[in-house]
Amino acid sequence: MDRPVDVSAMLDSAAPDGAWSVSAVNRRARAAIEQVLEPMWVEGEMTGLKEFGGNWYFSLRDSLSQLKCVMFRDDIRRLPAAPTEGMKVYAFGRATVYEKRGEFQLNVTRMMSTESGGLFRIAFEKAKAALAKDGILDRRRKPVPRYPRWIAVVTSVEGAVLRDIMSVTAQRWPVAQIAVIHTRVQGDGAVDDVVRALQLVQKLTKVDVAIVARGGGSKEDLQVFNEERVARAVAQVPVPVISAVGHETDVTLCDLVADVRAPTPSAAAEMATPDRDEVLSDLEHLGARLAGGLAHRVDRMDERLGRTADRLVSAVHRRMEVASYRLSVASGRLDALSPLGTLARGFAVPRDAGGRVLRRTGDFHTGDPFDLRVVDGTVKARVEGN
Amino acid sequence: MAAQPDFGKELERLEAIVRQLETPDLDLDQALKLFEEGVERLRAARDRLNTAQSKVKQVLSDHAGTLKVDDLDA
Repeated sequence: MDRPVDVSAMLDSAAPDGAWSVSAVNRRARAAIEQVLEPMWVEGEMTGLKEFGGNWYFSLRDSLSQLKCVMFRDDIRRLPAAPTEGMKVYAFGRATVYEKRGEFQLNVTRMMSTESGGLFRIAFEKAKAALAKDGILDRRRKPVPRYPRWIAVVTSVEGAVLRDIMSVTAQRWPVAQIAVIHTRVQGDGAVDDVVRALQLVQKLTKVDVAIVARGGGSKEDLQVFNEERVARAVAQVPVPVISAVGHETDVTLCDLVADVRAPTPSAAAEMATPDRDEVLSDLEHLGARLAGGLAHRVDRMDERLGRTADRLVSAVHRRMEVASYRLSVASGRLDALSPLGTLARGFAVPRDAGGRVLRRTGDFHTGDPFDLRVVDGTVKARVEGN
Repeated sequence: MAAQPDFGKELERLEAIVRQLETPDLDLDQALKLFEEGVERLRAARDRLNTAQSKVKQVLSDHAGTLKVDDLDA
């Protein structure tokens, strides 16, 4: 094929008795063209695309000319979607002559839209439409649980993504265990892999929330997460799914279908976990309220409660210091409950000599002295009659 | 996968105890019981938070679909 054009043979055929066969001409033409035209990128407008036997037959054209093209099944498989009529594309291929028909054509092996993300956009919109039709895009989103015990992470065990998720989780919410399901995130077989990993999550009944994550990459690298099958598998996970795929600016179908979208894998881990320090401070607050609630009742408790009371009261007083500060700031709830608040409003508490609160008329006996606790102190009183 | 404490439920219970303690009509015996339960639960929750260490396991599935859980050292 690469032999040089045989000039002497061409001179021989200048007379009819040296005539060439048709196939010889085509063979020579093909050899000549393949020798002269190296494989190249061609820019043109797509027209007349027909599929036959899994292969594509079409033309590229510009304002002056057309170029017949063929693209074979195995090369087509690598494209995210078929180009549309009139789309401007770059096609890479080798110019040749199809000997059987004597047709000059370009055997295209690679193709992309001249617009950025062109073919990917077509594939994306197609898959998105299919998902929308099945109600998957506007399905009800599950809320992420606040205190997860098991977090499933679907990602590659290689690379920084898993490490980021692990370190954020260990720092914020070490109570959680992480179940990693390894998957390839790009290249041949990655789609099957991710789908399989997501199906595996469904079997992990103890998992509270799942994170699907992948670091940034080119449009082609992220293509796996724009596959309709992957998006459907995400929707089928019974627990909430947080999607963190690519950079913040790349929105994949996986992101659109997930219950929550996170800008980065670390952010996904943050969304999946509460902050331990905040929870500790919530606990402290609850402790203060607990103490305050009881203190309200054990105030000046009589000695029948004995040592239990002593222990409690001292515990209570320790907590009261925290409680009075925190609660007055945080809620004011204790103030409302405090007896002092009630006294300030004009109520008074009568107690007998033993300190017992006199609640009912039956507790008062004519002539008995009692103490009346008002907001700023105690006054001595006596029952005039009952 | 070992059973893990459910913090959500723990905190809900604690909230409920506090709310009950703040109810004006509660008698002292009940108040004491609630208080002790609350203090115990608080202590346990705080300890758990302070000592917890996140573990990472890798879940694998063989050809028959049987799940296997391995420690992942990373």
